[in-house]
Amino acid sequence: MLEIINLHARVGDKQILNGISLQVRVGEVHAIMGPNGSGKSTLAQVLAGHPAYEVTAGQATFQGRDLLDLEPEERARAGLFLAFQYPVEIPGVSNAYFLRAALNEIRKARGQEELDPIDFMDLAEEKLKLVEWGPDILSRAVNAGFSGGEKKRNEILQMAVLEPTLAILDETDSGLDIDALRIVAEGVNRLRRPDNATVVVTHYQRLLNYIVPDFVHVIAAGRIVRSGGRELALELEAKGYEWLTEAVPA
Amino acid sequence: MSRAILQDYQALHPQGAPQAGWLGRLRQRGLDRFQETGYPTSRDEDWRFVDLAPLTGAEFRVGGDSPAVRPEALAPYRYPGTECMLLVFVNGQFVPGLSDLGSVPAGVTVGSLASITARQTELLGHHLGRYAPIESSGFTALNTALIADGLLLHVARDVQVPRPIHALFVTAGDPAGLATHPRNLVVLEPGARASVIESYAGLSEGAYFTNAVTEAIVGDGAVLEYLKIQRESERAFHVGTTHMRHGRDSRGTSHSVSFGAALCRNNLDVVLDGPGVEAQMLGLYMGRDRQEVDNHTSLLHAHPNCSTREVYKGILDGRAHGVFNGKIYVTPIAQKTDAKQTNRALLLSDHARIDTKPQLEIFADDVKCTHGATVGALDQQASFYLKSRGVAGPLARKILTYAFAAEVLDEIPFPAVRESLEAVVMARLNARGE
Ligand SMILES: Nc1ncnc2c1ncn2[C@@H]1O[C@H](COP(=O)(O)OP(=O)(O)OP(=O)(O)O)[C@@H](O)[C@H]1O
Ligand SMILES: [Mg+2]
Repeated sequence: MLEIINLHARVGDKQILNGISLQVRVGEVHAIMGPNGSGKSTLAQVLAGHPAYEVTAGQATFQGRDLLDLEPEERARAGLFLAFQYPVEIPGVSNAYFLRAALNEIRKARGQEELDPIDFMDLAEEKLKLVEWGPDILSRAVNAGFSGGEKKRNEILQMAVLEPTLAILDETDSGLDIDALRIVAEGVNRLRRPDNATVVVTHYQRLLNYIVPDFVHVIAAGRIVRSGGRELALELEAKGYEWLTEAVPA
Repeated sequence: MSRAILQDYQALHPQGAPQAGWLGRLRQRGLDRFQETGYPTSRDEDWRFVDLAPLTGAEFRVGGDSPAVRPEALAPYRYPGTECMLLVFVNGQFVPGLSDLGSVPAGVTVGSLASITARQTELLGHHLGRYAPIESSGFTALNTALIADGLLLHVARDVQVPRPIHALFVTAGDPAGLATHPRNLVVLEPGARASVIESYAGLSEGAYFTNAVTEAIVGDGAVLEYLKIQRESERAFHVGTTHMRHGRDSRGTSHSVSFGAALCRNNLDVVLDGPGVEAQMLGLYMGRDRQEVDNHTSLLHAHPNCSTREVYKGILDGRAHGVFNGKIYVTPIAQKTDAKQTNRALLLSDHARIDTKPQLEIFADDVKCTHGATVGALDQQASFYLKSRGVAGPLARKILTYAFAAEVLDEIPFPAVRESLEAVVMARLNARGE
């Protein structure tokens, strides 16, 4: 579904990604871990098409299409979804309006009919159950004045509504309390289907008890320095990153 | 000075009719001043960004009997979800049949200036014309010469007015050539609290002229929430001046929202006349086609320990032209002043223009004053966020422009008013037909 080969990216003069290769197949869950500043969010943002990052080498294909050749909105319409580490506030624009606008853009791209506000509300109510939220959240402005945890949960609500084929969750677990973590993780699990895939970026093994990964990758200094099964996360929990990063040439 | 103005003035002083002496004298001073100066021109520093010729070159007359207005016609401007004490003025005259004050709490005097004048001469005589000097502009002098009606609100010491007072000035009938000069007075005695909505609406399209002056006195420790909404006909001229005087430890927020008029000039003049004041000045204006929207604010920090926040935002489309001029003056004794000013404008078309001019004059040394101005671009982070959800192009632009406006409207504490104004913004953005 997603194939990344030797991806290099920089922002301004600062080289951040130094040759990432990664393959994600349908049905899989991948976890990406690694020290602060190692390039995890950059990888996620590059895949989503953030204009601040310049890809200097390498390729990425998504369902057979050259991902890097698509505009960010085309990537979203093709089924890519990024849950932001720092979701953006959009004052005055209600969650309901925003979600419906996004869903209808994606539905149009899929050749489906647009939903009117009434049909959308029916759908939204179903999706709210997935994140155990009441309907009030729909009338609040997108992320405006949301707590850190609420913003993260709102990302998962968006994911539930948009039903992406590939979801990249960038530290969605950071800032969630214990109950919210369980709710969000269960929500993500229930959104799994044999024809989609999930990449979770996290610092905590705890999340991986809920969302069990098929593969764990460690990024350091813009490279994947180790890949393994879920036991790698446990090993990292015990030993930290030093034993892996020491081997990386500066 | 045109004959029309003189005739309007004489109509207020019919032969032999007795006048409250102070009011007659006040009008006379206004007239004398206007005769001396006339209207400002673009040679005046404070008026140089806009072309007043279409206004000052035309002739406008104060109306006779006001036309009948059906209550339904007021619905879009009444914000019924927010229960207010409502005063309606049609073509400058108070219309009791359209107004609804409900029960007026003890300690509150509220009504039309014209009907109260006789009873409250002492109050009026003391305050009227005191905070809005006729020297401030030809428009204020003219308004003073022709003082006839408007909102009068007096709130006694420590009294809280539970419902907002909404003074709605509509222009109706065949409005071409019509002038109104609303004059409002708001007096909050120490410790009083009130919310005032002053709104202007054009019920018919036409080239008429509104020239309003409001004086608001916020006594020591008093709290005033003041909202001015300008929704005139897009062919009309609107000059609205608000002078606000703050006593020690008082608090006040002024919201100014302008959508209408071919030419709109809002003057907001705030004087912090005691220490410990907290004041906010928030503004949103939208212009399209050839609309001109000029916001001039002036803030005088005359005492220590006052903090102010000013945020003005404009959205300009078509060949619209906006002006923001924000003056902040900090006197030598006004130590520990904290003043923040931001003005931002979005230009939705290549032909829209904005002139902005912050003017900070700071004569105290222990102060925190910041100002920032941005013109143009939509929020990049938010723009990418929308794209990452599949929303791009005109729809994304509409959503982000709306969000830009909503950030100001969000601070309006009356939900029905806020939602209604947000709907106006949305309707205007939808009407762009991009
Ligand atoms: N837009 C940018 N401008 C400048 N530097 C950037 C930008 N984005 C990322 N960087 C830098 O690139 C490096 C990698 O950042 P990135 O956000 O990808 O790290 P991360 O692995 O997600 O870290 P964390 O675990 O703290 O979230 C950091 O040094 C960061 O400061
Ligand atoms: Mg990160």
